[in-house]
Amino acid sequence: MRIALFATCIVDAMYPRTARATVNILERLGHEVVFPSGQACCGQMHVNSGYLKEAVPVVANHVAAFDTEDYDVAVAPSGSCVASVKHQHPMVARSCGDTSLEARATAVGAKTYELSELLVDVLGVTDAGAQLGSYFPHRVTYHPSCHGMRLLRLGDRQPQLLRSVQGIDLAELPEADQCCGFGGTFSMKNADVSSAMLADKAANIESTGAALCAGGDASCLMHIGGGLSRQGSAVTTLHLAEILASTMEAPVSVTGEVRISAGKASR
Amino acid sequence: MSTFLGMPSLPVFGTGNLHATESFPKAARHELNNAQLRANLGHATHTIRDKRLKVVSELPDWEQLRDAGSAIKESVMARLPELLEQFEANFTARGGIIHWARDADEANRIVAGLIRDTGETEVVKVKSMATQEIGLNEYLEEQGIAAYETDLAELIVQLDHDKPSHILVPAIHKNRTEIRDIFLREMPGADPELTDEPAVLAMAARAHLRRKFLTAKVAVSGANFALADSGTLAVVESEGNGRMCLTLPETLITVMGVEKLLPTWQDLEVFMQLLPRSSTGERMNPYTSLWTGVTEGDGPQNVHLVLLDNGRSAALADEMGRSALHCIRCSACMNVCPVYERTGGHAYGSTYPGPIGAILSPLMTGIQAEENNSLPYASSLCGACYDACPVKINIPDILVHLRSVDVDSQRGKTKLPSQMDIGMKAASWALSSGKRLGLLEKGLPLGRLAAGPDRKITRLPGIAGGWTQSRDIPAPPAESFRSWWAKEHQKPDAEGMNKPSEDTGDQA
Repeated sequence: MRIALFATCIVDAMYPRTARATVNILERLGHEVVFPSGQACCGQMHVNSGYLKEAVPVVANHVAAFDTEDYDVAVAPSGSCVASVKHQHPMVARSCGDTSLEARATAVGAKTYELSELLVDVLGVTDAGAQLGSYFPHRVTYHPSCHGMRLLRLGDRQPQLLRSVQGIDLAELPEADQCCGFGGTFSMKNADVSSAMLADKAANIESTGAALCAGGDASCLMHIGGGLSRQGSAVTTLHLAEILASTMEAPVSVTGEVRISAGKASR
Repeated sequence: MSTFLGMPSLPVFGTGNLHATESFPKAARHELNNAQLRANLGHATHTIRDKRLKVVSELPDWEQLRDAGSAIKESVMARLPELLEQFEANFTARGGIIHWARDADEANRIVAGLIRDTGETEVVKVKSMATQEIGLNEYLEEQGIAAYETDLAELIVQLDHDKPSHILVPAIHKNRTEIRDIFLREMPGADPELTDEPAVLAMAARAHLRRKFLTAKVAVSGANFALADSGTLAVVESEGNGRMCLTLPETLITVMGVEKLLPTWQDLEVFMQLLPRSSTGERMNPYTSLWTGVTEGDGPQNVHLVLLDNGRSAALADEMGRSALHCIRCSACMNVCPVYERTGGHAYGSTYPGPIGAILSPLMTGIQAEENNSLPYASSLCGACYDACPVKINIPDILVHLRSVDVDSQRGKTKLPSQMDIGMKAASWALSSGKRLGLLEKGLPLGRLAAGPDRKITRLPGIAGGWTQSRDIPAPPAESFRSWWAKEHQKPDAEGMNKPSEDTGDQA
């Protein structure tokens, strides 16, 4: 299968290792990954902050980058960005009266998948240890991000994949379904409330005794990780793509800067 | 007696207790500093949340019930004028008297006038959001009329000269020791030996209220539902105080928002399943009172209904926001809201707090009224409210819609653009082209430099300082994914088969 990677702006700029891990997993399964170079961002920051007019060019750019016949499905390592592509893009196009953009946005949304959704529903991965060679001998807890949980209804796809990683010790997170308090510009506009939500999330993570908290959205993980770091906690955050990409031969380190063995896969 | 308002050419916005008087972030800061409040709220919301989940999971057709509730309300909103006239005809035919109130002032004046006509100076009250919304108690006090709340929690709040902080559990922010202290201080004849046992406190309130029920000649209520096909009003409650007020006095005055209508008796079936489970987490509420006009020799002989607009027509005119009027005031959204759980209801200013308040208040008052434009931002858009709403109001989508109404209402004003305006414009430019984003990403090493040897950024200027007040930002990578891909990633070979990676490339 030819799979177009939508890296998302935050992963592209801040967590390239998550995108590399995504490429690594998909190539390991024998698929071809392409990266439409025109892509930038889904625009949900603009939409969710009320700047609909400013969101239009961002959405139009994404649709132009992915409106090609050059791939079978698109994937992003983010529930939130995929939810935006699926649910917000047609609405943004409608708001500016562009029916052609609306139709194209709907078509792009229909073939865009969140990573765990693609792995489980389309590529049939049920046992990451056996099918991907995933190996990660650490105690991990897992935070289900709100948009994956409530907009995409990912259910237990992400924790199931994690549970099937060899060597992993997956600890249940108390009050897992509670928002971490990120919410995009909410974290700045309502910094006090956001910080109070984050403090409770961090305390719950600490209570599990896990070495790190995994999740499917880099933005929430940056938020939670940033809070843990500020508190001087030893616990870090890691995207589930990186855990799935970790193997016995090329393990991902959980201390210090994370290294991912991705790329040059086909040589 | 009745006059129909007709369609005003401009929206008539709501007045009364529908406004935040300081911006939400500011108000939230005071509340967040109150550790007792946070403990009380955390405990109470979690208890109700768990009860709701339990009774909702018992019903195999819960989702279909939500769909039905949503569809009925949608049809009511689509033909509201017709249903209101049908209701008025039936209510009047059974001896009730209808009054139409455009806004809070009009409603208050009508109610005070009706009470004055009876010659009474005291009234008992059934818990009612509509009368909180219009500030009826305060208005009556100015007119020399004493209004006594008879719902236990409303009584606590009233005795304490406080404001409700939750639409169903108005004293949710108080614990039982605080309540005991309020009774000792404010309740005439309270036993000085009063303990903080819930049963003891309830008995004290019961003795206090019984005297009021038996002497009151006038009662004021709200209504949960009004049935157009019969002209019937309904009040749903837990304590039985409502039943006392609705049956004992000679005069009964009800104030109800126009959106409370249901087309038929049969529709009540859906809502009587949705409401108790969503609000108190009960399968069935203890007391449901229904009354249709006047029955000679039984119950109140003077029955009035004030139909209140107060910004509801304005909300109805907003195509994206109008479903907020489907709300049946169950409070499930605030019980599951992580923001409400931490700030409590007072931070929202308006009578309607929590997620529903954050959309309903600005829809009814207009986005520019006082500080109401700060309310739609009081959410991380986590979506828990939408999942819990028994009539499926898509609160997150309406929050986002109202944010854009707010941003658009500021456009073209002569004021200087805010940091957010400038940031969003710049980001729109940068993020609408892969080339431009790629160029900017060439600057990532600079961020790395700024992060310094401990590889984190701990302080940012301006609005971004909100982030760094409690969170670090990791040092950016040396290179973006885009750049790495262009340089390093090879096309798959001709067969299209990829072999597992053996390369341990390092992003740093």
